Amino acid sequence: MSEKISVDRRRFLKSAAVTGAAAMVPATAGALEEQVPAQAPAAAPAAAPVAVRETDPTGEGGDVLTTERPGGDFMVDVLKALTFEYVASNPGSSFRGIHECIVNYGNNVMPEFLTCLHEESSVAMAHGYFKVEGKPMAVLCHGTVGIQHASMAIYNAYCDRVPIYLLAGNHLDAATRRPGVEWAHSVQDAAAMVRDYVKWDDTPHSLQHFAESAMRAYKLAMTPPMSPVLLVLDGHLQEEGITPEHAAQLRIPRLTTATPPQGDSGAVAEAARLLVGASNPVIVADRCARTPAGITKLVELAEALQAPVVDLGGRMNFPTRHPLNHSANLRGLVANADVILGLELTDFWGVTATVRDSLHRTSRTFTRDGAKLISINSVDLNTKANYQDFQRYPEVDVAMAADAEATLPALTEAVKKLVSSEQRIAFEARGKRLAEQRATLLNQARQDASFAWDASPVSTARLTAEIWDAIRNEDWSLVSESGNSSSWAVRLWDMSKHYHFIGDSGGAGVGYGAPASVGAALANRKHGRLSVTIQSDGDFLYAPGVWWTAAHHKIPLLTVMHNNRGYHQEVMHIQRMANRHQRGVTRAHIGTTIDNPNVDFSKIAQGMGVYAEGPITNPNEVGPAIRRALAVVKKGEPALVDVVTQPR
Amino acid sequence: MGNPMRVSIVLSMAVLLGAASISAQQAAAPAQSGAQAQLPTGNADNGRKLFTSYGCYQCHGFEGQGSSATGPRLAPRPLPLQVFMRIVRRPPNQMPPYGPKIVSDQDIADIHAYLAGRPAPPPVASIPLLTK
Repeated sequence: MSEKISVDRRRFLKSAAVTGAAAMVPATAGALEEQVPAQAPAAAPAAAPVAVRETDPTGEGGDVLTTERPGGDFMVDVLKALTFEYVASNPGSSFRGIHECIVNYGNNVMPEFLTCLHEESSVAMAHGYFKVEGKPMAVLCHGTVGIQHASMAIYNAYCDRVPIYLLAGNHLDAATRRPGVEWAHSVQDAAAMVRDYVKWDDTPHSLQHFAESAMRAYKLAMTPPMSPVLLVLDGHLQEEGITPEHAAQLRIPRLTTATPPQGDSGAVAEAARLLVGASNPVIVADRCARTPAGITKLVELAEALQAPVVDLGGRMNFPTRHPLNHSANLRGLVANADVILGLELTDFWGVTATVRDSLHRTSRTFTRDGAKLISINSVDLNTKANYQDFQRYPEVDVAMAADAEATLPALTEAVKKLVSSEQRIAFEARGKRLAEQRATLLNQARQDASFAWDASPVSTARLTAEIWDAIRNEDWSLVSESGNSSSWAVRLWDMSKHYHFIGDSGGAGVGYGAPASVGAALANRKHGRLSVTIQSDGDFLYAPGVWWTAAHHKIPLLTVMHNNRGYHQEVMHIQRMANRHQRGVTRAHIGTTIDNPNVDFSKIAQGMGVYAEGPITNPNEVGPAIRRALAVVKKGEPALVDVVTQPR
Repeated sequence: MGNPMRVSIVLSMAVLLGAASISAQQAAAPAQSGAQAQLPTGNADNGRKLFTSYGCYQCHGFEGQGSSATGPRLAPRPLPLQVFMRIVRRPPNQMPPYGPKIVSDQDIADIHAYLAGRPAPPPVASIPLLTK
């Protein structure tokens, strides 16, 4: 009933606008009311009757808004069909309809509403969640100010090939908007501002349209190269009632996900021929292992060839202590290689070249003459123009626009078929040599870690070793990147499972770390895993409200601060500029350091309801503090230890 | 998985004292020349202050321990002062150049003395955390 009224009203309003502009001939009694402003000048006395009518909800001709079956209920049915566990959101009026439907009609289960304090946190939580769980999280936000807040985190996810399922509220019908904020929060084309870094978007005009677009969005988001998608939910569609007859006509389509694209068989055969015939092949992987199976597949290829693997860490691609893991020797291996296989590389050119940005700006490729480059990269199927995350053009010899993980079995099979008995003997000898070198690399890492072992501020090596000692006998998951702390975790820890490491932000947009770790910890929670993050101070301060979200939703997460009291990367940039300009570096700290006063991170966390200790400057106090925090985490809550550290 | 490629390109906006070898542990020192005798004598206490004020620690750590991400180890056995000074003046890699207008020869000598005075690390075998 109510839907019929409102639909009729919308149709009428369209006709009334046309009629008013032309002859202003009313068609119905309702139309007469709506045309009052058009018939009279915009003078106060003439407008008064309209004001009276519109502020009288019981007056004749006003919209009937009460309903027991709003359109948002059907939207929730669709989200349940897509098996979303969570929807992360900072509340907003443009999606109040579906918000209410989720918590009441949907009983706040599948999806459960996660209360976030910033849209950037919502998206980054979904980002981290996907990297552990392998399925997208839904995010609800305003179509205007919400997407604006969320946009950097969306860009990070886009660069990191992570699907985020974005739902943005908007009131398109200007004739029915509430005055004031609702106008400021409405937009003609909500997706426009992020269209450069979402794979697909739509603005459904009916509930059936929504259902079909919801399935299409999920399918596209999950097809490599994965990417965020965005659906704009009209406010009326969420809030207005649907009749039983209309409800009976609505249908939720079946979801069919696409199989990932595999490399062309001819290209696979050529790649296998090159790899088997190589004297010094090297495999470089970045975002290769989309799933846990990706690790197994890469190990199988590497062992078939007895070739070294360099894991660039976009994903957990290869066990850190495998004899063929030579990630610490990228440059040496590439310089000596006659065949380089790149698997989902963000920057193949960067793997083979150096750029000097000091006394002079120079770039130099350091591969051997005649070295063959093979690329398997799904991003070749979906590269956009405006944002430049695609890096410099790599001159490769075999380029497969395909998903690497999906292509690996065929490539490995082709390799095994080609290997002769003589080659197998040579491969085994190579593998033995590489295993010895790998042991040396680990010993070297431990030796390097011993320097500044007792220093204060605490060395990042000591910090990482203390964490490892506390968690190594648990079923653990490192839910932060490792580069900010000199990659000690990947150099020293024994990582073998897909959830042991989740890579980095993708777009290097600061503020990803804290919310992504909370989202990943949420995914780990149901599996009973211990989540641990090495949290940098600058990142923490972007949207610290995420710690409240962690406390509120009882997300167990052990956070150890790598608090170097500055935006370290930027300190170095200003040093570089100051020296280049011959002015000295004594002012490089201005605008780049976070001190005077020092931030008390434990107090911030405590204020959000999180157990916290610190700041700790004595390295001997780090281990005991971590163990106390770990005991809290094991009870199902977040905990934080603030450690003042060396810069890197 | 600390993404060595990204580190080399992005994080190498760093004070890299030399391309591959800086500390005496990592490379053989060139023969001492007669010019060595004319180099200033360093003051380690002042060197400690300068190591901080010139921002050396940002890439090499307060103890000169180095970082795989930003800059190699310098202490406790830095390269001979003459070589050290030449690299500071004209770095062969990503390190920003520190000319005489910015850092005097005496300053470099003081920093060198500070680095040479850093304690040697304990043996790895004596650190249980590094054997697991």
